[in-house]
Amino acid sequence: MEDYSMEKQEYTITLYTENSIGMIGRISTIFSRRKINIESLNTSPSEAEGIHRFTIVIQETEDVVRKLCRQIEKQVEVLKAYYNTNDEVIWQEQALYKVPTSVVTEKAPVERLLRQYGASAVVIRNDYTVFETAGHREEIDALTEALAEYNLIEFVRSARIAIIKHSEGFHKKLKEFEEAEPAAEVVENRYLDKQDKVFTM
Amino acid sequence: MNTLEIAKDTTQQGNRPTTQISGSQAVLEALLGEGVDTVFGYPGGAIMPIYDALYDYNDKLRHILVRHEQGGIHAAQGYARTSGRVGVVFATSGPGATNLVTGLADAMIDSNPIVCVTGQVFAHLLGTDAFQETDVINITSPVTKWNYQVTDACEIPMALAKAFHIARTGRPGPVLIDITKNAQLQLFAYEGYKPCHHIRSYRPKPIVRKEYIEQASALINQAKRPFVLFGQGVILGKAEAEFKAFIEKAGIPAAATVMGLSALETDHHLHVGMLGMHGNYAPNVLTNECDVLIAIGMRFDDRVTGRLDKYAKQAQIVHLDIDPAEIDKNVKTAVPVWGDCKETLPLLTELVESREHTEWLAHFRKLEQEEIKEVIQEELNPTTDIMTMGEVVKILNDLTGGEAVVVTDVGQHQMVACRYAKFNRSKSNVTSGGLGTMGFGLPAAIGAWYGAPDRTVVAIIGDGGIQMTIQELGTIMQFGAKVKILILNNEFLGMVRQWQQLFHDKRYSFVNITSPDFVTVAQGYGIPGRSIRERKDLKQALSDMLAHDGAYLLEVMVGKENNVFPMVPQGSSVAEIRLK
Ligand SMILES: Cc1ncc(C[n+]2csc(CCOP(=O)(O)OP(=O)(O)O)c2C)c(N)n1
Repeated sequence: MEDYSMEKQEYTITLYTENSIGMIGRISTIFSRRKINIESLNTSPSEAEGIHRFTIVIQETEDVVRKLCRQIEKQVEVLKAYYNTNDEVIWQEQALYKVPTSVVTEKAPVERLLRQYGASAVVIRNDYTVFETAGHREEIDALTEALAEYNLIEFVRSARIAIIKHSEGFHKKLKEFEEAEPAAEVVENRYLDKQDKVFTM
Repeated sequence: MNTLEIAKDTTQQGNRPTTQISGSQAVLEALLGEGVDTVFGYPGGAIMPIYDALYDYNDKLRHILVRHEQGGIHAAQGYARTSGRVGVVFATSGPGATNLVTGLADAMIDSNPIVCVTGQVFAHLLGTDAFQETDVINITSPVTKWNYQVTDACEIPMALAKAFHIARTGRPGPVLIDITKNAQLQLFAYEGYKPCHHIRSYRPKPIVRKEYIEQASALINQAKRPFVLFGQGVILGKAEAEFKAFIEKAGIPAAATVMGLSALETDHHLHVGMLGMHGNYAPNVLTNECDVLIAIGMRFDDRVTGRLDKYAKQAQIVHLDIDPAEIDKNVKTAVPVWGDCKETLPLLTELVESREHTEWLAHFRKLEQEEIKEVIQEELNPTTDIMTMGEVVKILNDLTGGEAVVVTDVGQHQMVACRYAKFNRSKSNVTSGGLGTMGFGLPAAIGAWYGAPDRTVVAIIGDGGIQMTIQELGTIMQFGAKVKILILNNEFLGMVRQWQQLFHDKRYSFVNITSPDFVTVAQGYGIPGRSIRERKDLKQALSDMLAHDGAYLLEVMVGKENNVFPMVPQGSSVAEIRLK
């Protein structure tokens, strides 16, 4: 069959699931059982009504990610699991920074830094100001590091959210899932459709 | 929208006349709606409303009061395995529910269709560390195919309908429904029971793809040394006839996994034995010599493959399975034939050419002769006075003619029984394959008998394993399952002792186990029995056991330090199987 890259790299896993209680637990044990660390996990509604979307980031080989997705799809409440490399998705994380307002007003480099990273103020008070930025992990990390020198009071970064570049969204798929006799693509997984690559006689 | 919410909506919109019933009654109505005739269970505080309702269903539902919830779920597993139907278990909250966990794990890994209903504390007490409250849903998530907590009686019909649908379809598995006490007591407008046939997020089986069937048949038709491995999937798919037609037309030798045993009658000319660590010599060795390996409803467990990087590397692998996650999980396939083998096998049979691989088959038979000479001859016809497990199984075969259901516990006796028991019919081998659960045998045999009450059920159990669930003798005493209990007593935890002998320098660390007088114990439970230690008594004792109309316990004292061979040592390749 196909040979998968044995190198670990960052993968974004996108799941479409029913919105039922306990899903996070069921999904996360699939990773923890195999001692795989979830680097980031986000759940949100999706474009399809009533369908939840999980975005999970892990560092793994393609072989492992593929097997994980098959195991995840076995969960009764999961409709579909996709995995993508970073170049196949548009992704972002968000960060909030709390810094003393005095630092911002008195220190010119700080203002420059915030401009450079496109950070915008969310709250400005006499004692502190909260900034917000969104971007890739490296950018956020760089700004955090720079601000650490200027009395950064508090910092938080969100999980990754990602949009799959080639995806057509889930509306059509959901319709197919609702059929008692669904289309082949719905029943099988993404991997199956690589039919030409499947057979290596 | 969640499917269960749909259920609620319809009860509100329904224009059909409705009756008010309690959640508990709805549970029992659901069981009747699913055609359930037997429930294995144990009552307690949080499930009392269901037991109260059961009082009025006595004529429609048979409830077997087990002696421990673990016994209840193993019995349900045995029932499922011999009947091909869903096994049902009731247990109370807290300790009742946690006692199910071993059986759930066992049923999960061996794909048994089971529905467990557990009681739970009142919904308003959830999370308060109430009396006998445990987080059953989270505890059982990794060992259930699906689980769900019901807090409102309106959800009960749909939750149970989903439970049965999920448990029995696709790759079967255990499902647990946890019902809070308020929901059991609550009255609601009941519209009758509607079975579930479709869940939008659940695809029981992949669609069969013609191109894979064609590719598979092309591979098989050009093969010189094709070899079939079959697992429980053939039995679960009720595809025994389709399977036989396939191997017979293609003329391919076939070997069983432990779980696949009895899917093909032992005496079939293409049956070349059992795979795995203690399987037969020929199928293990020739796995590494075949050119096309066709795996049907099996999952390449490590006990089957041995060292993976030296497993069938020369072969092109065709894998037929209903569970897409099994394809390429352990072994890379050339052609994945996704789907229910009941559908895929006939399509494949159509396209394969009629063949007889006479020479290749002879190769198996030649290696079989070696195994007979080195191992089997002495095991079945020992030349010393010490009785072997193998000769007991052989005489049992002679007496039952291969018609019995053979249930085993876990250990040496299990491997010996699986190696030598003769099976004429499917669904005749009941054992804990994937989890290897000691204590499985006795309760599973009870359930196996309820699943096939017209058949002879023989439970072959070690002196260690019987002591793990011996309390189920009480269940037999009270409800009369006609189980033949055959204890093969080697006065050791034999399988562990064997490993200590072979791999730990004979440092026998806590494998010496003493036993009570089993015959007296059985007598205490009103079950007749006998213990023998001499070969001259063996045949008569076995035939008395089988002839007795009711449960019977026979203890046979066998060689203390006998080993099971052949053996693929852990970490070795299947081709490195040892004959001694
Ligand atoms: C619940 C459980 N605990 C421990 C084991 C490990 N184990 C596997 S076989 C075995 C020995 C079984 O001894 P016995 O029941 O006397 O059968 P024998 O091997 O002698 O036939 C043990 C302890 C197990 N499989 N299951």
